[in-house]
Amino acid sequence: MEDWRKDQEVLVMEGRIKVPYRWFAGEVGTRYLESLRDKGVFLGTRCPGCEKVYHIPRRHCPECFEECSQWVELGSSGTLESYTIVRRQHPQLSPLPVPYGYGIIRLEGADTGFLHLLGEFDDKELKVGDSVEAVFSDKREGNILDVKFFRPVKGVE
Amino acid sequence: MGKRVAVTGVGMTRQRSARPDVTGQELINEAVRMALADAGMTRKDIDAVVIGNMDHFEGVNYVDTWSVDGSGALMKPIMKLTTGGTTGSTIAMAAYYHVASGLFDRVLAIGWEKNSESDTTGAIITAFDPFWDRPIFAGAVAGLALEATAYMHATGATEEDAAYVAVRERKHALNNPYAHLHLNMTIEDVMNSPYLSWPVKMGDMCPRTDGACALVFASEDVADDFPIKPAWVLGVADRHLWAYTSDPYLDFKTGEAWFPAMQKSARDVYDRVGITDPLEQFDVAELYLPYSFAGLRYMESLGFCGKGEAPALTRAGTFDMGGKCPVNPSGGVMSSNAIGATAIIRVAEAAWQIQGRAEDRQVPDVKLALATGFGGCFWSDILVLGKEKPEKARG
Amino acid sequence: MEAVAIVGAAMTRIERERKADGYADLVYEATRAALDDAGMSIDQIDNVVTVSNDFFDGRTISSMAIMDACGSYDKNVTTVEGDGTFGAFFGLMRVLSGSYGTTLVCAHHKGSESQMPLITNAMFDPIYARMLGIEAITSSALQARAYMTKYGISEEQCALVSVKNHGNAFKNPVAQLPLELTVEKVMSSPYIADPIKLLDCCPISDGASAIILATEERAKKITDKPVWAKGVAHCSTAYHLGDHELHDVSALEEAAKKAYSMAGIKDPAKEIDLVELYDAFTYMEPLWLEGLGFCEQGGGGKLTESGKTAAAGELPVNVSGGCLSGNPVLAAGLNRMIECALQIRGDAGEHQVDGVKTALAHGINGPCGQSHCVWVLGGEK
Repeated sequence: MEDWRKDQEVLVMEGRIKVPYRWFAGEVGTRYLESLRDKGVFLGTRCPGCEKVYHIPRRHCPECFEECSQWVELGSSGTLESYTIVRRQHPQLSPLPVPYGYGIIRLEGADTGFLHLLGEFDDKELKVGDSVEAVFSDKREGNILDVKFFRPVKGVE
Repeated sequence: MGKRVAVTGVGMTRQRSARPDVTGQELINEAVRMALADAGMTRKDIDAVVIGNMDHFEGVNYVDTWSVDGSGALMKPIMKLTTGGTTGSTIAMAAYYHVASGLFDRVLAIGWEKNSESDTTGAIITAFDPFWDRPIFAGAVAGLALEATAYMHATGATEEDAAYVAVRERKHALNNPYAHLHLNMTIEDVMNSPYLSWPVKMGDMCPRTDGACALVFASEDVADDFPIKPAWVLGVADRHLWAYTSDPYLDFKTGEAWFPAMQKSARDVYDRVGITDPLEQFDVAELYLPYSFAGLRYMESLGFCGKGEAPALTRAGTFDMGGKCPVNPSGGVMSSNAIGATAIIRVAEAAWQIQGRAEDRQVPDVKLALATGFGGCFWSDILVLGKEKPEKARG
Repeated sequence: MEAVAIVGAAMTRIERERKADGYADLVYEATRAALDDAGMSIDQIDNVVTVSNDFFDGRTISSMAIMDACGSYDKNVTTVEGDGTFGAFFGLMRVLSGSYGTTLVCAHHKGSESQMPLITNAMFDPIYARMLGIEAITSSALQARAYMTKYGISEEQCALVSVKNHGNAFKNPVAQLPLELTVEKVMSSPYIADPIKLLDCCPISDGASAIILATEERAKKITDKPVWAKGVAHCSTAYHLGDHELHDVSALEEAAKKAYSMAGIKDPAKEIDLVELYDAFTYMEPLWLEGLGFCEQGGGGKLTESGKTAAAGELPVNVSGGCLSGNPVLAAGLNRMIECALQIRGDAGEHQVDGVKTALAHGINGPCGQSHCVWVLGGEK
């Protein structure tokens, strides 16, 4: 198999898997995303067993396995539990121009953090524990990007 | 020596065309909670979880870690296995080996699929080699049509013979509230349905379905502690012989054009369990028959009869409810096909039959049941379940 | 647990791009080499467990492509989708079940054929996270930040891991990326996602590996240098990134606790001679060392600084160069096991550490090491 290869580049076939998806948000996810879209209100669900308030909402508590039947309105600001600042633009993935951030944000009233984008920050100032608030998109379509990003709350230390 | 293993809890969602009311994790959770309730267990009692589906049907990578909210695996061992159509039986066998190893006493096995969330055929096409097969090959139906043609040529079987299988499966499904399709079909209905890929017609094929199934597998040390009687797993085998579309039509070693993966896996298990005459010995069979012709060729490959003899036995009602060995009292795959769940549902139905819990589709006095998985490139998984505890582990 | 041994182990060279070979070719190469290592023929393999991932391979039922290459014809065979350490664990179960005397486990990865960020983005929840564009590097950066903030771990301490592991790779002929680095060089490499810089990241790699497991009876006939599975366990924590604190590695602690208990290990720092762990990013090494109980929580940075984890230190970690020097995902965990096996056998060549009797191999699945698998391997039963 050695000789022929001297004069021949190995061939490469370009391809792309083309499978369309439509992921169902389900009843719980639909109620959450509708509230975000129509009222700009974040909702969590509370486990009747351990009383933990989950955000994003859970139909069942992963720990107790109880049905999280109670909906809880959460604040639209919260605490930054961790963050990163993205420096490399990915043509298909990056939802904002770099530098933008990701944060784990624990909203007021929630017992868990959740992942979202960070914008309008000073990258020298940003730190874990900062207060951040949601900035909603002008056009809201019933998905998680109805929140444009979170930004530091001004004048709060 | 390995531990003896039994199925001691069954949970299954109703199989439906689409479940927009739940996410994948929530669908899984439905089946898991049913299985735990059936086994009289809580989440805390689970020692390990195994889960499977086909990645590109939902487009979720690392389903094991993604599933944790629904599967109950928080702070527990969870492992994913996937082998295409055989995924469900692969999962059942994985749970079997988890327990038989002696390392885990109570293992939860989950097979699931939400076929409504993608283009099933679009995803299946990507199973085939991107250089040699994919540019010219059009998914599962065409592959099965090639098999059907080869079978008809070898045996003289007809499209009408196959239609008898399709009608039987749909008729059986009328007794099963979990089934997706409840169709009261006639031979004429099948024969008059449009061709998808000759000789396979719409009426010959399985649907695509949303559903999940969860089973609890327990070791001999704890199997008697459950509220339901154990259904013992007597033997398992998994043969996935092929890599390319054109491979399955030839056994490399014998040159024989038949279904070697199924013959070999069946022989493997039968030898260990002591099956010499499947038609006589099995009281019921839940088989992964994805389309009607499979109900002929696979009966022969599984040794229920000689080559070319399945059409006559099928027409005579041998495999109907009330026949000598009812096949697919549940209505089988031609009535519900949530692909990653499909083969584990065969095991669930077999367990229900052995436990006498199959309700309107119960076959009287089931002592020995056969369950199979089919998929990949004409791959075959076999499980034998029994009412009596085996003398020793023979997996 | 009844005694089961690794009786054959091999991996391909890890390379950035094996253009002339498909992944089935890589699997064949690794399988063939593992059989040769054991002095076995394929007929002596009783069953096969393959490890593959449909996303990385760009194929549904990706294991179909390697069914001939792994020698599974006319054998029982199945496929674990996850890290090789998990596949090996399932291979072990199939031996322990009493059904098989030997299991071949193989894993492969061709990072060169796909786009890693798009594939790791698919690990995240399609409703709540995926459209945010999060993937392996950015999510790991969140974990790195949480860990470093909580315990005051510095970027320089993480840089030391890069210097050490890339340096170790010079003595490992199969490593992809030996690099002569300094802390300054690592620190001045560009940020990808703060605090992770380019030289904190593993490369994209092609490679395959295979091991052969055997019962005690079979092992003794096959080799005079069996490497025994002393303990193994795995555990997963919560999925959504905010559900638990990212510096919390209790899933790893739980897996380690079980594996140690099986292996009869009471003080890992004293009883384990060498560690091969999954260092896809530099911060993972100190964090996983804490979870594995080699130091107290938050002590990983100082442990690294102390030089104990160097090849000549008290607790050599990733003498092979680790994932930082070559990361064929899925095969990478199996490679950790193979490195441990070679060290225990005394067959690690130039990077051999003296007197390795007991070694620990570690692999992960999912985002931010959500699921961990821990193996304790030893030269004595």
